[in-house]
Amino acid sequence: MLYFSRWKITAILGTILLGLLVVVPNFLSADQLRNNWPNWLPGRQIVLGLDLQGGVYLLYEVDTADYKARRLKGLESDIRNAMRQEPRIGYTGLGVQGDGVQLRIRDTARVAEAAERLQGLVNPISNNLLGGTALTEFAVDDEGDGLFRMNFTTQGLEQRIGTVINQSIEVIRRRVDELGTTEPSIQRQGAERILVEAPGEKDPARLKDIVGRTAQLTFHLVDVNANPQDALAGNAPPGTMVLESMDDPPIPYVVEEAPLLSGEDLVDAQASFDSRTNEPIVSFRLSTGGSRRFAQVTTDNVNRPFAIVLDREVISAPVIREPITGGSGQISGSFTVESANDLAVLLRAGALPARLTVVEERTVGPGLGADSIAAGQIASLIGAIAVALFMMAAYGLLGVFANIALLVNIVLIFAVLTLLQATLTLPGIAGIVLTMGMAVDSNVLIYERIREEQRLGRSAVTAIDTGFQRAFGTIMDANITTLIAAAVLFQLGSGPVRGFAVTLTVGIVTTVFTAITFTRLLIALWVRRRRPTTVPI
Amino acid sequence: MRLLRLFPDDTHYPFMRWRKLSFPLSGLLSVVCFLGFFLIGMNTGIDFQGGTLMEIETKDGPADLGAIRERLGELNLGEVQVQEFGEPQNVLIRIVRQEGGDDAQQAVVGKVQAAFGDEVEYRRVEVVGPRVSGELAQNGTFGVLLSLLCIMVYVWFRFEWQYALGAIVATLHDIVLTVGLFAFLQLEFNLSSIAAILTIIGYSLNDTVVVYDRIRELRRKYKRMHLITLLDLAINQTLARTTMTAATTLIALSSLYLFGGEVIRSFTFAMLFGVLVGTYSSIFIAAPVLIFLDPQLTPNPADEEETTAEPKAA
Repeated sequence: MLYFSRWKITAILGTILLGLLVVVPNFLSADQLRNNWPNWLPGRQIVLGLDLQGGVYLLYEVDTADYKARRLKGLESDIRNAMRQEPRIGYTGLGVQGDGVQLRIRDTARVAEAAERLQGLVNPISNNLLGGTALTEFAVDDEGDGLFRMNFTTQGLEQRIGTVINQSIEVIRRRVDELGTTEPSIQRQGAERILVEAPGEKDPARLKDIVGRTAQLTFHLVDVNANPQDALAGNAPPGTMVLESMDDPPIPYVVEEAPLLSGEDLVDAQASFDSRTNEPIVSFRLSTGGSRRFAQVTTDNVNRPFAIVLDREVISAPVIREPITGGSGQISGSFTVESANDLAVLLRAGALPARLTVVEERTVGPGLGADSIAAGQIASLIGAIAVALFMMAAYGLLGVFANIALLVNIVLIFAVLTLLQATLTLPGIAGIVLTMGMAVDSNVLIYERIREEQRLGRSAVTAIDTGFQRAFGTIMDANITTLIAAAVLFQLGSGPVRGFAVTLTVGIVTTVFTAITFTRLLIALWVRRRRPTTVPI
Repeated sequence: MRLLRLFPDDTHYPFMRWRKLSFPLSGLLSVVCFLGFFLIGMNTGIDFQGGTLMEIETKDGPADLGAIRERLGELNLGEVQVQEFGEPQNVLIRIVRQEGGDDAQQAVVGKVQAAFGDEVEYRRVEVVGPRVSGELAQNGTFGVLLSLLCIMVYVWFRFEWQYALGAIVATLHDIVLTVGLFAFLQLEFNLSSIAAILTIIGYSLNDTVVVYDRIRELRRKYKRMHLITLLDLAINQTLARTTMTAATTLIALSSLYLFGGEVIRSFTFAMLFGVLVGTYSSIFIAAPVLIFLDPQLTPNPADEEETTAEPKAA
């Protein structure tokens, strides 16, 4: 056990040197790294977790109920249009029922014709190229007696939700990018969730406001003949709805349900100032199709007000003074410079396809992050020194060897963390400190074994040799059990806890490596030089 | 130079005889902890219960907790806990989960921020909705059980089933006592507490496995030695290592506890406790339990006479 071939020594020392090289960039500033550090050397730095550098962790969930309700409402109006096509098919009781839409065809003789029209609305999602049935969003159920139901298919709904998530991620990415957040991470989590992490974000409230807003912009004509108070009481004329303004107290408006234009018709939006009043406004440009429609509507409705609605709240309701044919316009409300800017960002990035709800939020301010780093550094330093002193007191020279091994171990832990680009969190630092305590365990196992062997009358070399040999199996068994616990922790944990599992795992691996290679090498070299007759422990 | 020893060399403590004390003691403590868990209950943090946690720092000197409590009370948010956190100007606010869904929890942060405005710095804001907290609790429990199972299988594979069972008994003992500690001291039980428990599991097993390893080795060496003598011998031989490792780990953890900051203080406190209990259990529970689990190894009493003496080195 004490013989090391030359290449083995080279390999062990080479690994350690490599580790050092990987760790060094962590002590350089970004500037030094760019200018003074050779390109061909590893130049990565450890990623600090949100709890150390400050930042925002937001877990969103797509409101599937809201999505389904909106989608079914849309289906209901599609069905209405389909039945009203010439020759019209008479029906009653059209409405959303549970997870579907149902209606009854009056004339039982035309059921087949109605079924055909409904079949046209099932919305195929993907064609099965290998034959078999194509996947559709809805299925038509003929319940007899002229009663039809259109329900979501399980797979169809799943696929739609998946698409909604992917679209939402795209929209969120555009919005966050526009805000200039550095290195945001936007990921899908599970079937219905999106995780947004923004390290170093200074203004979490604003980020949350921007990301979570549905930002569905629509223009509606205002029904000036209806009384808003009556409508609020539930007597809105058919085809209209009541929306309230953002003012305090809110002003109700009765508007037509069908929008004139929506956010999709916009090609650009910018925050600017009104040339007369100097108030912040948002100016927008419409697509070709949108501007044609807008020109038509404004020509037909001069002197009528229309409402500009964002997420079912009326921003403003200007009166159409003259036809707007240029394809551009502006939205004025009681904006501040920032809120006008935010609205422009939202309009440019597009609307979310469904409402998102924050189900988990964790924000750490930069002050706390810096304090945590400082506390972590002090605790590690004091912990390391205390453990080192204790080891020296207990094992003398061999304790010094163990301490050198501990130092190497810490370098290797940071090297592996840097290479893996694992996130270092505060509990992660705790994991490293804990590993320091446990890392010396391997050495303790070996040393105690050497002492025992020596007490049994063995020579120094044999005692060391058997000590290492016997302790090896124990070291493996003992560390694998801890490794199992750490692996489970990694699987289940998120954020900081996962950071703890990572450092613990890495720590165990490097500990075993240093104990059975580096410490052994140190002792072997010492034995070769000094030829001791007894081991001084 | 005289080297530091926690125990003299060549100890012959009759650990197995002490099981008559340690078993009832541990049994009693476990029952008490169980009762504490069910009667007092855990002080579950927002991770498992849902709700809002905010750490704020006042900008002008020490915080007036009474005034903060009063202003929060005006917001009608239900039960609100306000406590100093590490420094006199740092305040930790916990607000109970609100009725209604996830949006209701979100509204809380807005209300508090509107009430305090720019007077304070918001160092930390955590909001966990009712569904996520349920999932986190479920995953945490699942994680502890899963790791116990994996470790049991590993020990079974490497040793024999009696050892696997013994290791689990000792580990469960540590978990029950740690959970009891949380219940009696009403320490906040959150995600990092689960991490602490899993680490304790890892540490305690590490310790137990080292002792078992020695028992196995001695059993191969002294085939006819009485089990009780053998277990005593194994524990005495590994005593130096067990205590040295516990000492270095406790030293490192103490440094974390004292200097690592308020955020991880309860986390390190639980681990300090766990290392102590884990060390105790591998000596006083894990090894003696084998006496009950390994009857085929107990030879007839006649053998006991000749083998109780310290065996000479083979």
